[in-house]
Amino acid sequence: MRPDTVVPTAAPTAGRNPAPHDETVPHTHPEPGVDPHPPLAQAGRALRVGIGGPVGSGKTALVAALCRAFAGELRLGVVTNDIYTTEDADFLKRAGVLDPSRIRAVETGCCPHTAIRDDIGANLDAVDELAEAVGPLDLVLVESGGDNLTATFSRGLVDRQIFVVDVAGGDKVPRKGGPGVTSADLLVINKTDLAPMVGADLAVMDRDARARRGDLPTVFLSIVGDPAAGRVADWIRHELAHHAAVHPIAAPVGPA
Amino acid sequence: MATSSLLLLLADGRFPAGAHAHSGGLEAAVAAGRVTDLVTLEAFLAGRLATAGLVGAAFAAAAHRAVTSAGSAVRGSTLALLDAELDARTAAPALRTVSRRQGRALLRAGRAIWPEASFDDLPSTPGGAHQPLVLGLLCAAAGLSRAETAAVAAHGTVTGAASAAVRLLGLDPYQVQALLVGLASRCDGTAAEAARAADEPPERLPAAAAPLADIHAEAHATWEVRLFAS
Amino acid sequence: MRAYARLVARADGRGGTVLAELRGETPLLLRQTPGSGRAVTVYVVGGAAGPLAGDDLRLEIDVGPGAAVRVHTVAASVALPGRPDVVSRMAVRAVVHDGGALHWLPEQLVAAAGCAHLAESRVELAAGARLTWRDEVICGRYGEAPGGAVVHTRVDYDGRPLLRQSLAVGPGAPGWAGPAVLGGAPATGSLLVVDPSIPHETAAVEGTLARLPLAGGPATLWTATAADAHTLRDHLDVEVEPLLTKVE
Repeated sequence: MRPDTVVPTAAPTAGRNPAPHDETVPHTHPEPGVDPHPPLAQAGRALRVGIGGPVGSGKTALVAALCRAFAGELRLGVVTNDIYTTEDADFLKRAGVLDPSRIRAVETGCCPHTAIRDDIGANLDAVDELAEAVGPLDLVLVESGGDNLTATFSRGLVDRQIFVVDVAGGDKVPRKGGPGVTSADLLVINKTDLAPMVGADLAVMDRDARARRGDLPTVFLSIVGDPAAGRVADWIRHELAHHAAVHPIAAPVGPA
Repeated sequence: MATSSLLLLLADGRFPAGAHAHSGGLEAAVAAGRVTDLVTLEAFLAGRLATAGLVGAAFAAAAHRAVTSAGSAVRGSTLALLDAELDARTAAPALRTVSRRQGRALLRAGRAIWPEASFDDLPSTPGGAHQPLVLGLLCAAAGLSRAETAAVAAHGTVTGAASAAVRLLGLDPYQVQALLVGLASRCDGTAAEAARAADEPPERLPAAAAPLADIHAEAHATWEVRLFAS
Repeated sequence: MRAYARLVARADGRGGTVLAELRGETPLLLRQTPGSGRAVTVYVVGGAAGPLAGDDLRLEIDVGPGAAVRVHTVAASVALPGRPDVVSRMAVRAVVHDGGALHWLPEQLVAAAGCAHLAESRVELAAGARLTWRDEVICGRYGEAPGGAVVHTRVDYDGRPLLRQSLAVGPGAPGWAGPAVLGGAPATGSLLVVDPSIPHETAAVEGTLARLPLAGGPATLWTATAADAHTLRDHLDVEVEPLLTKVE
């Protein structure tokens, strides 16, 4: 764990007990109608959050959900790294969750993991171009193209990374580990609504994730039940507050 | 010698300057059905080396010359002229954009790796300076010779496209490497020619044209779905 | 053979153009032909076959402010081999002043088997000058592999580099017929249009014809490859005629 990481003391880790998790009950906000979040402190530069994970695990749907969650709250930009250039970017544009000018697509030459880990210049350019085009941003989501369990983001590109797996990929995935599962700042186990249909045991996944990840948080998610991915959004809000403390406006530091 | 290791580092396709995302026009040539196998790939690489390879290497060498032999007062104006001369050799707007984009990526790496180097001499053209100019300065910062600079540039124009061919066509990587080995002496010859040409005034630098490279690049830029940035 | 020709055009003060100088020598002879409108039309009349290796032909063109000239050739030039290890050369040097217009619309250059030809053009345009400049290369006569030919074009606009391109075909140009350069097309050419009054265009491509706005001035380059000379001309002519009609 990085020394500057603060583990959330409240949700999402505490009180998490996915075993009796009843997916027929939609996730709801703890206090409907009341915004429990104090206004976020602004940072000297945007928090960059990488979202990676295997093909089909629901990364783009999570990005769309976060766009909904932060609409009107944060100045948001999205960079997509797709195998086919603009596929994911186009999905987001069609979904109408974010102004298309706030979405940039990066070509990856069949190597999405290279573009997010080994050779990050095109992504950094895209982040810079977003800020030039639409002004200062609070949060940039960098979505990886679907890759394998070893694909992680460079710390030169993102400040935090979320790794998304889904229950349909098999409940063995957390046990298999790999850099994404073990080291991501947040592990999202997605499509929990499908668990009964694919015979995935969420309790097993939870136990294995804890074993692999130590104190790092894991969130179980069903975007069908929670279209704004509330607990992931909460985690990002928490990280944003921390980021603002580390990168205050007056003294922006660190790599651009 | 330390220089040899630096030469290898700068010529390595893993140097983080975005090369993996560029096919050097190969993706469009494949889509047009013009490159399908090792034979057509070899012809593609030979033509690319003799045109874009020669021009790029000559401009990298000329930029290297500008910052290693010119006085600081004229460095900036020489580089600005080289940038305009390279624009005039790059008829396709898509290729100009790609060259400047690759220049930005390389400059980002260069500034991080050699923070003391004089990259501020580069022209502040919108979109950034052309890639061969940045490469010339980067190689100069690494202490490479002009000939080595031209070799890095020429090498990059064929290896990037060859690597893309492996990914796009599923060609046997051993056969593709063998093809590159076969092209090596020609690549060295191109680099030597480019290094010599750098003694000429900017307007007399090589201007080898490739009509299909321009046509392919503009077609590629209009695609909605593509794997490579160029 | 060596030959030198010179063409100087000036505005006649009444909205037309006069030729202040028109001279040439075999095989580079210039003839003014009757025309209409503001421009004068001049034909380059080949006085002999060729160019043959060893020929050294030079043509200078100077178009004054407000003057307009169209230059054609009566037939394709067929570059032929001559003495071994010697090249044939055709050098054109043109200067167009502010408000002047030059339309260089020659027939094709055919690079015959065994030729060694260099066509070098250097054009200086003042700010406000107009130009149409056509280059067409046919790689070999029918069914024949070409000799070596290089067509080098260098154009400045208002003291800035506008276009530098050097197309090489034949045995001395590695990969020239391959998929990076001509893709097996025996005909290739370009048409450069410089006109400050034309609004900036975007790039476009259709088949093997592309419209390429240049960076160094108010200019567009049309570039094409084709299966034969007629198809190539169709590609490049589409844009010339409306332009000439509009200008003159």
